[in-house]
Amino acid sequence: MTYIKPKFRHPLLQKNEVGYTKSDYEGAISTLCGGCGHDSISAGIVQACYEINLEPHRLAKLSGIGCSSKTPAYFLSNSHGFNSVHGRMPSVATGANMANRELIYLGVSGDGDSASIGMGQFVHVIRRNLNMLYIVMNNGCYGLTKGQHSATADAGSTSKEGVTNPFQAIDLVSLALELGATYVARSFSGDKSQLVPLIKAGLAHSGFALIDVVSPCVTFNNKPDSTKSYDYVRHHLEATSTIDFVPIKKAIEVEYDTERAVRLHDGSYLQLHKLAPNWDPTDRISAVNRLDEARKQGQILTGLLYVDPESKDIHTLEKTTARPLNTLREVDLCPGAEVLEGINGRFR
Amino acid sequence: MVSPKGLNDFVIRFSNINGTGSASANNMFAKSVFRMGIPVSPKNIFPSNIQGLPTWYEVRVSEKGYLGRREGVDIMVSVNPQSLAKDVADVSTGGYFIYDSTKPLHHEYFRDDVHYIGIPMTELSRTHYQDPRQRQLFKNIIYVGALSALLGIEMSVLEGIIADQFKGKTKLIEPNIRALQLGQNYALEHFDCPLPFRLERRDKVGDSILIDGNTACALGAIYGGATVMAWYPITPSTSVAGAFEKYANKLRIDENGHKKFALVQAEDELAAMGMVIGAGWNGSRAFTATSGPGVSLMNEFIGLAYFAEIPVVLINVQRGGPSTGMPTRTQQSDILLSAYASHGDTKHVLLFPATPTECFDLTATAFDLADRIQTPILVMTDLDLGMNDHLTAPLQWDDSRQYDLGKVFREEDLEKGVNFGRYLDVDGDGICFRTIPGTHPTKGAYFTRGTSRDEYARYTEDSDAYVRNVDRLAKKWETIKTLVPEPVFYQGSSNSKLGLVFFGTTTYAALEAMDMLKQEGIAVDCMRIKSFPFCESVETFMESHDQIFVVEQNRDAQMRSLLVNELELHPKKLIPVLNYDGMPITADLIYRHVMQQVSTKQKMALL
Repeated sequence: MTYIKPKFRHPLLQKNEVGYTKSDYEGAISTLCGGCGHDSISAGIVQACYEINLEPHRLAKLSGIGCSSKTPAYFLSNSHGFNSVHGRMPSVATGANMANRELIYLGVSGDGDSASIGMGQFVHVIRRNLNMLYIVMNNGCYGLTKGQHSATADAGSTSKEGVTNPFQAIDLVSLALELGATYVARSFSGDKSQLVPLIKAGLAHSGFALIDVVSPCVTFNNKPDSTKSYDYVRHHLEATSTIDFVPIKKAIEVEYDTERAVRLHDGSYLQLHKLAPNWDPTDRISAVNRLDEARKQGQILTGLLYVDPESKDIHTLEKTTARPLNTLREVDLCPGAEVLEGINGRFR
Repeated sequence: MVSPKGLNDFVIRFSNINGTGSASANNMFAKSVFRMGIPVSPKNIFPSNIQGLPTWYEVRVSEKGYLGRREGVDIMVSVNPQSLAKDVADVSTGGYFIYDSTKPLHHEYFRDDVHYIGIPMTELSRTHYQDPRQRQLFKNIIYVGALSALLGIEMSVLEGIIADQFKGKTKLIEPNIRALQLGQNYALEHFDCPLPFRLERRDKVGDSILIDGNTACALGAIYGGATVMAWYPITPSTSVAGAFEKYANKLRIDENGHKKFALVQAEDELAAMGMVIGAGWNGSRAFTATSGPGVSLMNEFIGLAYFAEIPVVLINVQRGGPSTGMPTRTQQSDILLSAYASHGDTKHVLLFPATPTECFDLTATAFDLADRIQTPILVMTDLDLGMNDHLTAPLQWDDSRQYDLGKVFREEDLEKGVNFGRYLDVDGDGICFRTIPGTHPTKGAYFTRGTSRDEYARYTEDSDAYVRNVDRLAKKWETIKTLVPEPVFYQGSSNSKLGLVFFGTTTYAALEAMDMLKQEGIAVDCMRIKSFPFCESVETFMESHDQIFVVEQNRDAQMRSLLVNELELHPKKLIPVLNYDGMPITADLIYRHVMQQVSTKQKMALL
């Protein structure tokens, strides 16, 4: 069934700089289970978009299939959305981005959608450095089909049915680093203070930004011995840093600490308070090493792991025209009859 | 020995080794016939291989303008020792076998009913050129030179072709012309020239061009306003992407040197179709080109585009199936796959071009139809049409033509407060208004999905809403019948009870067969189908004839099945005429099938 929220808004609700209240960034009422980590991530997306003064219609939200992929209905109802087919959101996002380079693209996927059926497209969207934020709501199981292990379930994890997973997990963050992703982060659905700035910076990043968010499935995978449960994650969380996102406008006004700040391509900044030793957010190797170290110690390393502030997205690499392709008309596109007659001449 | 007369009417086949540069020499031959004003139809018969395997190039010369394949080979130019036995056997009685006589031909290859013409191609090339690569390339030009004497090709025509080919590389012109002369002189000195099979200048090609269908499709996409192409390499469709890139890089560059198009080589066909859907959803004209295996992979996405109603153009250059099948041979065997692609109740619009000119026109039209109807449009060509050059009318564009972007609410419409429901049938034709992402800050956003939804694009599992939606799609299907191209009728005034139905590349052979039958006093009404769903005029034709031959290039008579199924015709009325060996169909085959049926019927009448 469809839940429709009342449209009434209190007139005194605070508006952001572009004139929207926070509720303007919300969507339909979630139909996910009570306590689902995904709903916290949706709330984080709402918060982040409100705070960076994003006009909702300038963003397109896309997803595949699964519990995670349902969430775009639960945020940003003033944005166009596309719930595509299982594991294929990256290609739909690629086409959409090719058509209009000016919109912001937010893709939402799950561990089944990205690490299994959609692995091929996940890998190639990274390779093309498509300008988008790609959030994986990672709960280690297939929720919508009742709790089968997914490819990100850790070896030894036990499902609600009591089946122990014998296979090693695919770590999407390590994989993304290996593939050359230009913005890689991991977070936890229960840590909004970390997640919101990561989303803001991911939206501002020019190129492919991945946030792998551990998001416990309260119904099928929240047993204490599951590595994707609230208890386990809280006890094994290790953060690289705490970060603040400073948007372009404010960047001029705020005094930032140059040693801790990373200037993004669009002129905004990430202010980092580093917690991890031997780690530099712009050094891919140090991120890979730090991740490996954490894994050995049974920790789940969260926060910003790597960012390439000089990242060049596919339009830059391919030298696409500045105007969105979907705004071009006959006068821009059709070479006309005379040119065609010239072409005919070459086939005579 | 009978010496057949073959003035401007013969079939010549070149037998070469793949990867030896023979293609450009063979093209030069075909083009020279064309430039002498004589209709010509070349066919490349090539292996799935880059270097080393046998490849053939068959050219039909027909002053009467018959461009389909014809049975029998009158002249064989054999430059491949691997296929000697087959090549000798393939020559028709009274035909000519032209071979490289550098080494003597083994006696087992001599037939009493064939003329032999030995040209020492390798030796001539070795004597006159030093560089090994040049020796190989000029060996090919030498046999073209020999043919110029044997068949009477005007030397100035060949020189003109060489001059065009090496524009800007003038150094290469002289050695090429020298190679032509070497062959020509040898033939003149050693044989009676010209042969009975020969060429004589005519004025039969008018302003026609010689172009392949894939290039024409790519140009149709450029002119039709395509801005996004996503594709994955697959024979025989790959050159659509190649030509799109080539022409877009010339014709679609902005004042800053940046591209007014995006071409993405996807990781597979699934992704290619996903990208086309994403771009179509976002308001760009987008397309892909693929072949049977690619269409199989795209099935899930094609269903999404049908159900979510997203404009998509797919050029299906069909090849021999099933599975990997015969990847370098031609067939029309994806008819049912394409018409009903994907699970659930789905039907798709198909367009059937028969010539490169129609490849251009129908590809451009496909973008208008896709935007108008908001659904996948599949342009059904095949390897023969896509990869072989065809004599065809020049491509034309009317500069006053506007793109039909279909039903789209713009910012001003939304501002006026239109009642926007993405799946709301406001006009009663089953086609709804859409909005493009980013149009308006607070109005017109909707959620696209492959799941069931109501008129306002809200998810629902309500049975009534589901049925309303799929019934509206069925209504849209009825509307489409009035929007797609009408069939073409030939010989309609014959009032015959016999009908001949064909489409795409079967057209060339079918029209020739129609003439052959006429000479036997058998009149058949002919209809060329140009689109699916079938227009009302297709139905009328099928109903007004007692016996209808349906000519197609697949084993299972797929177009016949589609006609029977969609128009609820009695299957016995529709007689399949099938060719599915991977080679383009011939008029002789159609003629034989029809004659057999007709004579059986006549015999029955006599009893």
